[in-house]
Amino acid sequence: MTTNGLLQITLLMGVLFLLVKPVGEYMARIYEGNLPTFLRWMLPGERGFYRICGVNPEQEMRWTDYALAVLCFSLLGTAAVYGLQRLQGGLPLNPQELGAVSPDSAWNTAISFVSNTNWQGYAGESTMSNLTQMLGLTVQNFFSAATGMAVVIALIRGFARHSVETIGNFWVDMTRSTLYILLPLSIILALALVSQGVVQTFSKNTVVQTLETTTYDNPTLDALGNPVKDASGNPVTVKTSTHTQTLPLGPVASQEAIKELGTNGGGFFNANSAHPYENPTPLTNFLEMLAILLIPAALCITFGKLVGDTRQGWTLLVTMSLVFLIMLAVAEYAESPGNPAFSTLGVDQTVSSLQSGGNMEGKETRFGIVNSALFATITTTTSCGAVNAMHDSFTPLGGLIPLANIQLGEVIFGGVGSGLYGMLIYAVIAVFIAGLMIGRTPEYLGKKIEAFDIKMASLTILIPPLLILTGTALAVMTEAGKNGIANPGAHGFSEILYAFSSAAGNNGSAFAGLSANTPFYNIALGLVMFFGRFWLLIPVLALAGSLAGKKRIPSGAGTLPSHTPLFVLLLIGTVLLVGALTFVPALGLGPIVEHLTMIGAH
Amino acid sequence: MWKTLRPAIVSFCILSLITGILYPWAVTGLSQLLFPAQAEGSLIIHNHQAVGSRWIGQSFSDPRYFWSRPSATSPMPYNGLASSGSNQGPTNPALIDAVKMRIQALRTADPDNRHPIPIDLVTASASGLDPQISPAAALYQVERVARTRGLQVTMVQSLVTQHIERRQGRLLGEPRVNVLELNLALDGLSHSQ
Repeated sequence: MTTNGLLQITLLMGVLFLLVKPVGEYMARIYEGNLPTFLRWMLPGERGFYRICGVNPEQEMRWTDYALAVLCFSLLGTAAVYGLQRLQGGLPLNPQELGAVSPDSAWNTAISFVSNTNWQGYAGESTMSNLTQMLGLTVQNFFSAATGMAVVIALIRGFARHSVETIGNFWVDMTRSTLYILLPLSIILALALVSQGVVQTFSKNTVVQTLETTTYDNPTLDALGNPVKDASGNPVTVKTSTHTQTLPLGPVASQEAIKELGTNGGGFFNANSAHPYENPTPLTNFLEMLAILLIPAALCITFGKLVGDTRQGWTLLVTMSLVFLIMLAVAEYAESPGNPAFSTLGVDQTVSSLQSGGNMEGKETRFGIVNSALFATITTTTSCGAVNAMHDSFTPLGGLIPLANIQLGEVIFGGVGSGLYGMLIYAVIAVFIAGLMIGRTPEYLGKKIEAFDIKMASLTILIPPLLILTGTALAVMTEAGKNGIANPGAHGFSEILYAFSSAAGNNGSAFAGLSANTPFYNIALGLVMFFGRFWLLIPVLALAGSLAGKKRIPSGAGTLPSHTPLFVLLLIGTVLLVGALTFVPALGLGPIVEHLTMIGAH
Repeated sequence: MWKTLRPAIVSFCILSLITGILYPWAVTGLSQLLFPAQAEGSLIIHNHQAVGSRWIGQSFSDPRYFWSRPSATSPMPYNGLASSGSNQGPTNPALIDAVKMRIQALRTADPDNRHPIPIDLVTASASGLDPQISPAAALYQVERVARTRGLQVTMVQSLVTQHIERRQGRLLGEPRVNVLELNLALDGLSHSQ
């Protein structure tokens, strides 16, 4: 790790920690309905909006009604995104004249964006019309993020309140998350990105004359658009040359901003944040990384504020940051030395003032090793899934980190809302384990943790591994699953394991060599994303309802304080232990075997 | 049921209009007003003609030009409509073969150059559209370009040095050289000779 690398990481974390307090406190005010003065002018509009919707903002919901509202809103979103993709050919704002998306791909994408996963089986620039990108995908970037935020606020109310039956009003929480938090931040970020070179236009793609003529082997296609193969099975090609290049344009920055802020991760283009039109400079990269971390980290402060003890929020934030830095260190360490297979080929992989060196396959020059490993760690500890480098081409240990981050449940910062509710579930489990060790009834934030609560917490922790491991097992046992593999050996297994981890964790990044735009993967991963999102939301809300109904008990001599370094260690231990016990065997078959093969061969 | 369905449908429609139409439209309007060139793709205009974008790389294989990084887009390299990395894993034999072929091509074009080849020059970028190479990769190619163009090595070298972009704010990212801009400047240099 170079001094400059350390400085870049320190700067990012420094700016993040400067911002979490103001942003976290601002969000706390929004959710308490205590709008800052500069937003008061929007209040009449907000009230009018509730009137048209038939919502009484004062009337709160029990957890069952809250869950019903979340599901209803999300199913509606799924139907809308599916419909838009299927009908885009006949709808306006389609300058490239793209046709309907296939049913299985459209289903996968609809679930993917509604569940905040943003797994992309398709290539954006050649599949989705501008209307679909805006009215379907951008909208769900907002809604899925706002839904996650609403759910965590409901859970926080469960801790903060006592002896009540209700946990808030979903329509109010969702609307305020969208209008007062996500939208203003997105506008600011989008304009900052455009100033650096991210495109934002409704113009048609531009064709330019290139400096040199490019000659290439163009595969011959049959009438159905499939490549023609010769007798020995090789594709038939024709020498073709071109002296033009088409530059892909579109309303990119507006989608890019909410994609990061809402930890969505679905790129306008296939290469996602590695695409120079999504992420042209080191500064845009810095802003995008900051945007991914901002709301999940600041929500910890919001939590502390709302439960009336700011130390509780900082404790969670410190816990997250510590695990984050450990993961980051391993990723940087793994990617920096480069690929040992190239060591005898006469190439220079060392870091110097003139090059970043290291494992540069699948990485961009402007980001080098430091920012690629950093982005990969950020995007997978959160549930973002945007990428600025191709994780599939990372070294085995470098690729293990994103995979393990997702499998730990994305509770290290995590998705907007989903990260914090995941971490709070782990806190409940941690006090439960501590309670077992000392033989006392566990309590957290003055709430007794009882059998029902532990059942709900266990469900949220057990469902993702179940989805990941059975999904992976099914895929490696079937031809349809194995056909998608791009890289041979242990790495091929990692590709499948990554795909199901990413889907269950609602992350959306990939070992993208896997050909996942097939009916098998579209349907299977669609189901995993659906259950990975909504089967967790329901027990989390049930827990919120149960907690809200409990009495608050004063802390006594036997209470485990939940704001001390000891608690931080206990929480880290719980997260790592549950993750390790569940996934080490699977990781052993993938990245670890590949690592041993790689160093054994050289 | 209607009690849940009505707010779901109405709020969905109104907020969709705000976030899906109004928001991108407002950002587009403001961008076109404040940063028109960037919003339209940062085009490079040469002799009244768009010859490329500052941010989208182009393919170069003529020894007279500086070469960009290998690109994994299909069917042709640097296809603006199909951004993609190779997604080849680190132990994939296909990756090692591809790197060997790229080394071969560079060595053939410049047989006397015995320096180790900077790694970014033989590995495919993440987007397949990387507009830049490392300063090391540019300097590696100086002698070949100078020889094939009949220019002095020091002249080409100083042109490269002028085109090295430092870390942003001296801190962020990596030093780099924009290949298209460098090659355009190189053509300008050859014309003026």
